[in-house]
Amino acid sequence: MNLFRFIPQPLKVSRRQFIRVSSLAGAGFAIGGISLPLSVSGKAAEDAPEKAVEQAGYGHFIKITPDNKVTVVIKHLDKGQGVTTGLTAIVAEELDASWEQMHWEFAPADATKYNNLFWGPVQGTGGSSSIANSWMQLRQAGAAARQLLIQAAAKKWKVSAADISVSQGRVKHTSGKSFSFGELANLAAQEIPPQNPVLKNPAQFTLIGTPHIPRIDSKEKSRGKAQYTIDVKLPGMLRAVILHPPRFGATIKSVDKTAAMKIKGVRQVVETPRGVGVIADSYWTALQARNVLKVDWDESLVEKRSSSDLWREYKDLAKKEGGVVRNDGDVNAAFNNADKTIELAFEFPYLAHATMEPLNCTVQIKGDHCEIWTGSQIQTLDQGTLAQITGLPLSNIKVNTQFAGGSFGRRAVPDSDFVLDAALIAKASGLNVPIAMQWAREDDMRGGRYRPMAYHTFKAAIDKKGNLSAWHQRVVSQSLLRGTPFEGMIQGPVDPTITEGGHTLPYHIENLKVDAHEAKVGIPILWWRSVGHTHNAFATEVFFDEVARSLEQDPVEFRLKLLKDHPRHAGVLKLAAEKAGWGKKLPANKSRGVAVHESFNSFVAQVAEVTVNKNGSFKVDKIVCAVDCGIAVTPDVIKAQMEGGIGFGLGAVLGEQITIADGKVEQSNFFDYFPMRMENMPEIEVHIVKSAEAPTGVGEPGTPPAGPAVANALRHFSKKPITVLPIGNKIDLA
Amino acid sequence: MTKFTLNGKTVTYKGDANKTLLWFVREDEGLTGSKFGCGVAMCGACTMHLNGNPVRACSTPMSAVNGATVTTIEGISSKVANAVQSAWETLDVVQCGYCQSGQIMSAVALLKNNPSPSDADIDSAMNGNLCRCATYHRIRAAIHNAASQLAKEA
Ligand code: FES
Ligand code: FES
Repeated sequence: MNLFRFIPQPLKVSRRQFIRVSSLAGAGFAIGGISLPLSVSGKAAEDAPEKAVEQAGYGHFIKITPDNKVTVVIKHLDKGQGVTTGLTAIVAEELDASWEQMHWEFAPADATKYNNLFWGPVQGTGGSSSIANSWMQLRQAGAAARQLLIQAAAKKWKVSAADISVSQGRVKHTSGKSFSFGELANLAAQEIPPQNPVLKNPAQFTLIGTPHIPRIDSKEKSRGKAQYTIDVKLPGMLRAVILHPPRFGATIKSVDKTAAMKIKGVRQVVETPRGVGVIADSYWTALQARNVLKVDWDESLVEKRSSSDLWREYKDLAKKEGGVVRNDGDVNAAFNNADKTIELAFEFPYLAHATMEPLNCTVQIKGDHCEIWTGSQIQTLDQGTLAQITGLPLSNIKVNTQFAGGSFGRRAVPDSDFVLDAALIAKASGLNVPIAMQWAREDDMRGGRYRPMAYHTFKAAIDKKGNLSAWHQRVVSQSLLRGTPFEGMIQGPVDPTITEGGHTLPYHIENLKVDAHEAKVGIPILWWRSVGHTHNAFATEVFFDEVARSLEQDPVEFRLKLLKDHPRHAGVLKLAAEKAGWGKKLPANKSRGVAVHESFNSFVAQVAEVTVNKNGSFKVDKIVCAVDCGIAVTPDVIKAQMEGGIGFGLGAVLGEQITIADGKVEQSNFFDYFPMRMENMPEIEVHIVKSAEAPTGVGEPGTPPAGPAVANALRHFSKKPITVLPIGNKIDLA
Repeated sequence: MTKFTLNGKTVTYKGDANKTLLWFVREDEGLTGSKFGCGVAMCGACTMHLNGNPVRACSTPMSAVNGATVTTIEGISSKVANAVQSAWETLDVVQCGYCQSGQIMSAVALLKNNPSPSDADIDSAMNGNLCRCATYHRIRAAIHNAASQLAKEA
């Protein structure tokens, strides 16, 4: 999920923070800050900063209480990426707290206080931006809180602040006496916070970058105690399921609910624009009732094409030039002068996110108040949807963020689909009790919002001197942004997410062209862990290897040669190659492949090692990964994200696909949709490049290189390059 | 009527005998540590122990548990369970965490039957437990870690 990268200018806003402290009524203090401008213009903010702060609101990020707890308020969604640990570590570092005293809580949904600084006035999580956008904000808040504790201690002891230091959660005077943070909490609440707190020099970090900062959510998640949306319990709560139409775009003609209403425990059957809702005392009962509904659907506007129709149309489209996204040099001239050309085409299927927790949302609409409990990636968007359907102002809509059982982009939905299902059912019912709406796995698998299908064609020219002189990539896929609230992010002729990773190809090639078509298809799609990079990285890196192969160049050497202007790409590539023993001899049934790719400003290279059997079956034995994500805040979480990102990407490349027959999704559950399982998971080794650059994200960047590294390894044995996904468990041997 | 022992306590159930154990435990008994992931015994998120053996509670009808002893993630407290859970914490296995109750229930059952499993044993015992966050790499390491911890204590 990476939508707001294209909004002009959000990165250039003043990052100046206004530090504020509030007393927690005798229970310590809370400190936070706000970056300007948010809901105010830059000019107004400069002229009257105090007023601007009032207008924009003020968010607490850290609470320090007399029980010696430090609580960090987490404005982002935890969907497994470890953001609670990462953001808490940033605060602990600047505060010089001890890790044991650190706690966290989810922030309320309020974009005036808890917006993503890269996205403008929107609260949300995605595009691997949580650490990156919070980095300075939380460091400043942490440093200011530390300063307040020092001021309070100086006053109490009547000594100079210069003689006071903080470490491991204790505020110490040179004489040896010391206070805990808890003992100073109420005193510090009276202090005036510094407006420009002094931040540490990264060389002074004592926590950030240490090999293993224990995950702050490990215990509750290993004991069955973490609360997800599905676990929410509220007084008077009812359960609901929804019956979606069998094809996308259908609406209800008529519903026969007689049999359903006869089942004991069924409360209501309601019609909504998105399907038929069943409300009952329990999920089980609601499901039984749904099974006996008889619905007549109006299918006059539905998508009825099949995957095979779409492939035919995509291939036809690819014969014509699309919107040109990048055009360096003169590609046509280079092809005319070529000594030889190489061509290849790739097919990528639809993919489901299939989050482990089937999507769900609990909602209560009561009087002039609407409240939801869910794991949402873009709270502000969901608040807006709810405001629209309830007619209530944004401020009356409360979002209680829950742990999310996975997301991979699925919970950042332009039309808030699963939140909408819950809200529409609640609204139609007229009930004012909480209603827990739960999708079954089949609803989730068939509910749409897939990684789009994509068709890529490539052509490369080799000139008379044997150099790669031209590269032309064409992509056909659906647009993620067009027709959504994010359409404004399309600045060029086509949606940039279709070619991202392709039009940003780092290799030095004089003549380079990328163009693309937006296919119009009625299958709902969505960003899927690393968005356009999922298919662009695979296609470009596999095609690059074909070029290297035809030039009889070593894939690593050839890449390095063309990466002269991209030291961070080259850095991870060299590291991965070295650690994997690139070039070292392997047994005859084994081979290695490599891929390097940048996404979300993080750089990742991977070397895959595979074993191929005589019948063409194969196993991915190992992946060695090198990542450069700037300063490594929590190295073990970074490793975990690389491991998970690799497993996720590799699972898709090996076994996942959603296919459409006459407009209907063919897969429905984990017996016909096949994510990575234990037996196919390779051994993984992760190496992190030392860096002084500002930290960048790791949730997505591990995913793109895994597939092409494996495909390139398999190429040593396969008859043809691997161009159609998923690969399955066998290849055609050469 | 169905009567059985749930985490050491006697519970009774009257109603649709086809209703599955998972929803009885989650909604009627309020124990939400066991998760719903697929409803068709294909993901393992709902794994509980029935008379000591791992079962998929989403596909176990209430009619099948009469007289049985059922243990959920909330009720495991054996030496093996402690070793497994502390290995999970030491190695920070979890990501989103949603599958992990099921993973841990399967891992505990595995180690009870086989105190020193090989990688192949782990693959076959754990292959039914999906982890969409793909924490498999650490699950395997944590099972080995727990096994060697238990061997040391024995
Ligand atoms: S929910 Fe029971 S196996 Fe998936
Ligand atoms: S930790 Fe997320 S599904 Fe396993």
